[in-house]
Amino acid sequence: MRYSQSIGTHTYTFDSLREVMAKASPARSGDYLAGVAARDDEERIAAQMALANLPLRTFLNEHVVPYETDEVTRLIIDEHDARAFAVVSHLTVGGFRDWLLSGAANEVSLAALAPGLTPEMVAAVSKICRVQDLILVAQKCRVVTKFRNTIGLKGRLSTRLQPNHPTDDPTGIAASIFDGLMYGSGDAVIGINPATDSIPAVMTLIEMLHEVIQRYNIPTQSCILSHVTTSIEAINRGAPIDLVFQSIAGTEAANKSFGIDLKVLQEGQDAALGLQRGTVGNNVMYFETGQGSALSANAHHGVDQQTIETRAYAVARKFKPLLVNTVVGFIGPEYLYDGKQIIRAGLEDHFCGKLLGVPMGCDICYTNHAEADQNDMDMLLTLLSVAGITFIMGIPGSDDIMLNYQTTSFHDALYARQVLGLKPAPEFEDWLRTSGIFDSGDSLKLADTLPKSFHRALAHLH
Amino acid sequence: MSNDSDAIVVKNPWGKLRQHTSARIALGRSGTSLPTGPHLEFQLAHARARNAVHHELNTVALSDALRARGFDVITAHSAAESRPVYLQRPDKGRRLDAPSRSALEIRPADTEPADVVFVIGDGLSALAIEENAVAFLDAVMPSLKADHWRVGPVVVVSQARVAVGDEVAEVLGAKIVVVLIGERPGLSSPDSMGIYMTLGPRSGMTDESRNCISNVRVEGLRYDLAAHKLLYLMTEAKKRGLSGVLLKDEAEDLSSNAVTTGQNFLLSAD
Repeated sequence: MRYSQSIGTHTYTFDSLREVMAKASPARSGDYLAGVAARDDEERIAAQMALANLPLRTFLNEHVVPYETDEVTRLIIDEHDARAFAVVSHLTVGGFRDWLLSGAANEVSLAALAPGLTPEMVAAVSKICRVQDLILVAQKCRVVTKFRNTIGLKGRLSTRLQPNHPTDDPTGIAASIFDGLMYGSGDAVIGINPATDSIPAVMTLIEMLHEVIQRYNIPTQSCILSHVTTSIEAINRGAPIDLVFQSIAGTEAANKSFGIDLKVLQEGQDAALGLQRGTVGNNVMYFETGQGSALSANAHHGVDQQTIETRAYAVARKFKPLLVNTVVGFIGPEYLYDGKQIIRAGLEDHFCGKLLGVPMGCDICYTNHAEADQNDMDMLLTLLSVAGITFIMGIPGSDDIMLNYQTTSFHDALYARQVLGLKPAPEFEDWLRTSGIFDSGDSLKLADTLPKSFHRALAHLH
Repeated sequence: MSNDSDAIVVKNPWGKLRQHTSARIALGRSGTSLPTGPHLEFQLAHARARNAVHHELNTVALSDALRARGFDVITAHSAAESRPVYLQRPDKGRRLDAPSRSALEIRPADTEPADVVFVIGDGLSALAIEENAVAFLDAVMPSLKADHWRVGPVVVVSQARVAVGDEVAEVLGAKIVVVLIGERPGLSSPDSMGIYMTLGPRSGMTDESRNCISNVRVEGLRYDLAAHKLLYLMTEAKKRGLSGVLLKDEAEDLSSNAVTTGQNFLLSAD
């Protein structure tokens, strides 16, 4: 279908829904790389105006990726909840933005609406939102998930303790875990990116994390971020896996490039559920996403990267994850060129994920070949913390010595908690106090002395 | 003024853990924030990593070192004509430029196609290649020879992404391609090399067809261990007719000196 927008005497025309969406997207390098971006700012705003006039229903009838050849599109359309959608079904994209900003959109109504929204509707409205809109609306959303603690409650900011080591050395990993725990990190998950996908190495790390969590009675969960098929095989061999991890994307072809489809994700979820290791809940999946991954696999179907990214959240929500993490600055400058583009993308991903009912966290990060630095990350961290981000990463001194990029540090999380009065997950907060890492009482102050329960561990070191 | 800081900064009494990792642990805190010292050390490391990204591969020195070891060496260039283009156009880094492709195509065909071709690419850290590529080949070649692998020419590609190896190997008709490439520089490891192995390489393949061994460098994965893993993967790929996610790396099972226990100070018994 053709869409057009007149501005003065000039009429802009767009040949398809995907073209309107792509050209309405705020500028970023990945869309230029794909050749789908607007020619200039005026064409971009014309596309945004055309998009604002589209009825939300349009997205149920015209698909940016063909229904017949893409299982993600089929998932989105086949599982759409028309009753939940009814409350906004009469609105245009522009009207939907106004509704989201109004008092009608609140924690309860947004949770009820989530199954009625498709990724493309949410991506579309994000494209006509300013940064403050992305923050205000996301802050209204509440997505709560549980395994051994409760993630996503109001006034909480959780952290993934990411103790990566370039050779998976157990003592090296333990050193970073120790450092993180002493700084109050790790309530979302203690999650290791292994250096290789080798099953024996992965089994060793899983067993180790299991023992640390048991020994110190920590109300949190562990995860080795290996391929889903590796986790399934490890479970078959008896590994004590809490969360099953997988990188996911928004098209069938991009997922194929990751070596997965919906069926194998289902197998992964079933395998983890079968272990029944959660104590307060059964959200057993941990997914990671990021704008640009579909284009990177040449599997984007001419769709802009932000729309494709949002479709990955439909994949995620099918499997009721504990955590979803957009690794926003990891992919590099060919997709998000600089700090400005990374900041906008992080806020979009969080907004879109939360509207779809996904427990959205963000790896606030950059690589050394991007035009970004610590100041950019401080801005995104502060903005996302105000927006109610579910969790962020925690790593010693912001430096991931295995994956070779920079993300938020243990100190960074404490900064965000301090300036905004945010707390970790309640069960973990209690543990931080009883174990002596935090001072007792209501304040969130780190204790000045080493907790007794950890004296013994250090005493074994020479 | 340092005496003032000493009184204000809260130190962490677990500094001795630093002998077990190069991670930035036990940094201490000012309030809950990063103290001035580690803050500025980080800024310096970032400035150095930025420099590494823009360092140019010395292909002449590399080719000389390879030829001295008896390799047939071919130098080539990707379709990305400069570093700025390379950084923003990964598609160009995955293809050879026209002259490089022609040079490979007009090369007289080998009497028998090679079992394996090594492609060396600068990737995001030419430093990683300059420091590790030759030493790794020295570690892996004796085993390859002992197992009678027919090794083709070594192709050195500037402004290369991993997938350029597929095109190179396709033109040369090799059964397996092994790409040695500079990984993106980290703050503590500007010199980390990645190894990608693909069976039946052809243009347009995606990452699920590859097996990766990463962080090969003196302070990371040792050359002999990386060589052991690669040989295992190549042998299994040839035997089972597949590479990538369907081929799991179980090399540790076969290695006598690999770490197989997760024991550490956090889990020590009394």
